Amino acid sequence: MTLNLTIVPEGDSALLIRFEQKINPAVNAQVLACMKAVREMQIEGISDLVPGYASLMVCYRPQVISYKALKERLAGMEIDTEAAAAETRTVVIPVCYGGEYGPDLAACAKRAGMSEEAFTALHCSVSYPVYMLGFMPGFPYLGGLDERLVTPRLETPRVKIPAGSVGIGGSQTGIYPMDSPGGWNLIGRTPLKIYDPMRQEPFLIHPGDLVRFVPVDEEEYHRLAQEVL
Amino acid sequence: MGVRILKGGMCTTIQDFGRTGWQNMGIRVCGVMDRRSFRIANLLLDNPENEAVMECTLIGPTLEFTSSMIISVTGGDFRPTLNDDPMPMYTAVYVTKGDVLRLGTAVTGRTCYIAFSNYLQIPVVMGSRSTDLTAGIGGFKGRALQAGDYIESRIKRRKYLPNFLSRTLPVREFDEDHATIRVVMGPQDDMFSRKGIETFLNSEYTVSGSFDRMGVRLDGRFIESKRGSDILSDGTVLGAIQVPSHGKPIVLLADHQTTGGYAKIAVAAGTDLPKLVQRRVGDHIRFQRITVEEAQQLASAEEKELQAMRNQIHRPCREVLECRLTAGRLKKLFPAE
Repeated sequence: MTLNLTIVPEGDSALLIRFEQKINPAVNAQVLACMKAVREMQIEGISDLVPGYASLMVCYRPQVISYKALKERLAGMEIDTEAAAAETRTVVIPVCYGGEYGPDLAACAKRAGMSEEAFTALHCSVSYPVYMLGFMPGFPYLGGLDERLVTPRLETPRVKIPAGSVGIGGSQTGIYPMDSPGGWNLIGRTPLKIYDPMRQEPFLIHPGDLVRFVPVDEEEYHRLAQEVL
Repeated sequence: MGVRILKGGMCTTIQDFGRTGWQNMGIRVCGVMDRRSFRIANLLLDNPENEAVMECTLIGPTLEFTSSMIISVTGGDFRPTLNDDPMPMYTAVYVTKGDVLRLGTAVTGRTCYIAFSNYLQIPVVMGSRSTDLTAGIGGFKGRALQAGDYIESRIKRRKYLPNFLSRTLPVREFDEDHATIRVVMGPQDDMFSRKGIETFLNSEYTVSGSFDRMGVRLDGRFIESKRGSDILSDGTVLGAIQVPSHGKPIVLLADHQTTGGYAKIAVAAGTDLPKLVQRRVGDHIRFQRITVEEAQQLASAEEKELQAMRNQIHRPCREVLECRLTAGRLKKLFPAE
């Protein structure tokens, strides 16, 4: 499929390919298919491809290829959304919900008018598309949170949220890849390291993946945590 | 065999061109703030283009060398001294075991670079030796240098360089208290009103104290948007000029996040970024619109300029040439027996 792409410069060393400016899985699928297509073109001089919700930023070295030449090559690109979608991986994230790992679960469930169990079950009931990674290393921007689980951010952000914490901030849900300050409601924690710079493959989750949360009890959490070490 | 840090300075970090190729995973590029001064520092020593250096901010470090090597200091003027004697900047300088290099407070600019002919023994993390202070990776233990740190040299030799006396450049930059930064408009300039664009291009902005490796906030006239300046988060670059709803520009610098949700009215030309990052609090900045083609021509012109510098430091030194001439003449006067 040939899409009608808008390509604009982002300074002298990057350009932005823009899609319909909406947050939805179909638009983001085009972005990720476009990223795959550009990667496969193996254009010399490209240094980074950065997907957004509805755009793809292409960083390049102007000493190797000019804006004009790169834009011309990209404009005629073929994008196969279906083929890219067929390669989608599902990443399963075990989460210990509530208790010391999810100190805000009780309050979130109460606010939503349901039991902690029901809240947890609903959070685990769907696969969340990874639109992009950003904000910090390996931080996934996940879409598809059930409207009943939407919870406003904390009024006072926490100074330190432990790595692996699973939270809800407004209409987004996500996982903290490393210890950091933050204002999201913490509902659980995964023993997996979704980001580990010392690991051969530092990132568990990639743009375009589907993330599925699976509840585990504390015993299983500790067993998995041992395995990770 | 290496460098001992006696004083860390305000924020001295190991940097190179930065960590590219991982931005889609949320890894920041980081790398040097002032690429021009960085390149000249390495150029003076015939180092590889991307060899890691120390980047110093506002107050420089004090270093003790534990072996002989050649170093160079470029960028803002930090009044460097070697064993308490003034040391020239933009010059290859031979140092030996026990020598102490002391950098003071920046008199001009705010960033300077120290390059080493023996290279620094710093592990490569995801393709770069740059320090990422926010993620705590790369560089020396993922942090700024402190007193007591010790960095080994990566190679033992390279104590001599050809045409050593020629290795000095008459460069003196960053003395002025104002700068005109050329910019390529967009990618979201269409979110600002005609009045907003005119304000941005025709008024003077002041460098605020909110200035670090992530970015610099500018004070000045309110830039009007059409309907707010929130966008769906997309990729950001070094030099991108974001205008949040408060209407004051923020220029993203080396440690910027990989994505952001504020409209970018324009992006600074790569060649003009050194002028921007070397500004001091209270300095004035004006923006001038150019096309992307013009910005790329400026980049090519700078490549030629750096090549000319490379040629200049490889010419035999005049004094040495004259010595040879003299020796030649003596040879004729006193033919070998």
